Amino acid sequence: MKTTTVKNKRKISIGQPIIYLLLSLWALTTIYPIVWVVLNSFKDRRYILKNSFSLPIGDIFTLSNYELAFRRVNILSAYKNSLIISTTVAVTVIIFAGLASYVLVRYEFRLKKLLYGLVIAGMMFPVYSTIIPVFRMEYSWGIVNTDKLYLSLLSCALPQIAGNLSFAIVVLMGYIKSLPIELEEAAYMEGCNIFQIFFRVIVPLTKPSFATVSIFSFLWSYNDLFTQMFFLRTKTQWTITNLLNQLTSQEGTNYGLMASAVTLVIIPILILYIFLQKYIIKGMTAGAVKG
Amino acid sequence: MTAHIYKNKKPIIFFLAPAFAFIIVFLYYPFIQNIINSFQEIAGLGSAAKGWQDPWYSNYTALLKDETMRIALKNTLIMLLVTVFGQVGIALLLSILTDRVSHGAKFFRVVYFFPIVISATALGLLFFLIVLYDKGMLNQLREFFGATKLVDFKSKPYALFTMMIPVMWQYVGFYFIILVTGLNNISSELYEAASIDGATPYQQVKYLSLPLLRNVICTCVVLAVTGSLKVFDLPWTLFPKGMSDTWLTGSYMFYQVFNANNVDYSSAIAVVIVFLGVVLSKLVNTIFKEKEY
Repeated sequence: MKTTTVKNKRKISIGQPIIYLLLSLWALTTIYPIVWVVLNSFKDRRYILKNSFSLPIGDIFTLSNYELAFRRVNILSAYKNSLIISTTVAVTVIIFAGLASYVLVRYEFRLKKLLYGLVIAGMMFPVYSTIIPVFRMEYSWGIVNTDKLYLSLLSCALPQIAGNLSFAIVVLMGYIKSLPIELEEAAYMEGCNIFQIFFRVIVPLTKPSFATVSIFSFLWSYNDLFTQMFFLRTKTQWTITNLLNQLTSQEGTNYGLMASAVTLVIIPILILYIFLQKYIIKGMTAGAVKG
Repeated sequence: MTAHIYKNKKPIIFFLAPAFAFIIVFLYYPFIQNIINSFQEIAGLGSAAKGWQDPWYSNYTALLKDETMRIALKNTLIMLLVTVFGQVGIALLLSILTDRVSHGAKFFRVVYFFPIVISATALGLLFFLIVLYDKGMLNQLREFFGATKLVDFKSKPYALFTMMIPVMWQYVGFYFIILVTGLNNISSELYEAASIDGATPYQQVKYLSLPLLRNVICTCVVLAVTGSLKVFDLPWTLFPKGMSDTWLTGSYMFYQVFNANNVDYSSAIAVVIVFLGVVLSKLVNTIFKEKEY
């Protein structure tokens, strides 16, 4: 690669060890707490309080925290609820945002500027400023505060979809703009109508950007405690974040259980991140820089 | 300019309707409704408004006198300064350093991003275990280094610190990535020319990297400012219900809806949050006026 040869000229030979030391120190702060909590999730409470730095081997090792996590606090049902909400959000967002951004890029029409303005301004609304009226509106529709599980999950997904749409449209528009229009013209010559062009030409070409947007919406929804606390009121409706948030008050001093619950939540996300980091980082920064 | 295929405008509505219906019903309508609600009297989340406040702005005068709101505002502003200087500062330092290493830059990029993908709630619980009084990771460490008295990191003098450090730490990686991208966009010929002219690495950073990064840094500061007004999850998990006076505007708003059942009052707090966000990002933009090079 060309860049690496050029880059070598930029390095400072004497300072290199110090630079690596500083960078590694920060890396330590982002890695060690995670390793620490994973290790401690295999220990009994008293070892966590006595020597949390030791490795869980021999007598110290135990799986009882995980047993508790699955038996007592029902972490599986919380996982299921989280997955249902976040998948709904991610799928709906890419479909709706994909349709809208295609038209906003390719068509010229009178309201285009206004609609684009609505999208950009929509990215600025903090969730606090909309959540109470949304709750009241959904209450009047009868989908929130009911004992019907799926309606409640839906009531939580709806505002999250709206919250992610603006970001998704901005990112997708940037990508679709860069696609060559000739392919669409060729498809048109072959007799495709606009819907066929969208589904057969645009959608396949935009796949990488769809991936970024859907992963990002998924993560954002999965991690969003505020909205979930607002809309999911009973234990059976709880998601992973609701459950984690309740652990300190409900399980008091059961620190082993807390460590195992944190591990169970962190690890799948970290694995997902390591495999998909290219898309995730791109989504994070695309949303930020354009916004 | 538009290709011939896009002359027929009839299908537009089918493409736009779903997304904009959502945006209008779930963002714009509630946003306006929230402002109206803040002037009304609402007994409960599910009940209709009883009418206007008397006088109509009384929620806002109450806010001015509210001691807890003052604490929440103060904490939020401290949080804002900590996040702007801490997050963007550390991220800037790390990104300049990363730009100068020949190997491993990718590793640091991936690793620094860890805390951002993990939910803030999980991190809150993780820090709950770390700062535990009797005895979490920190107190064990202190004991190891010879301290004899345990420190309660969640009590008054330490609480703010305990709340803000994790929040600051979590998002450093985010600004780091933006800044690294900005640094990569600076042409390496500039650095070559500078080093031929005898500029030391320190001078290269001061006279080349920093001025050329100005607009990117400005973006980061605006994001840090608006981001700090949205912080909720981690503090709420670590300090539920504003324990030890750790209120933030967001957590106080949540508390007022669900624990105090003051729906209209809480709407007024939300309006204040929006107002703060607009004013502060305008302020940052004027301070950092974008420059063209």
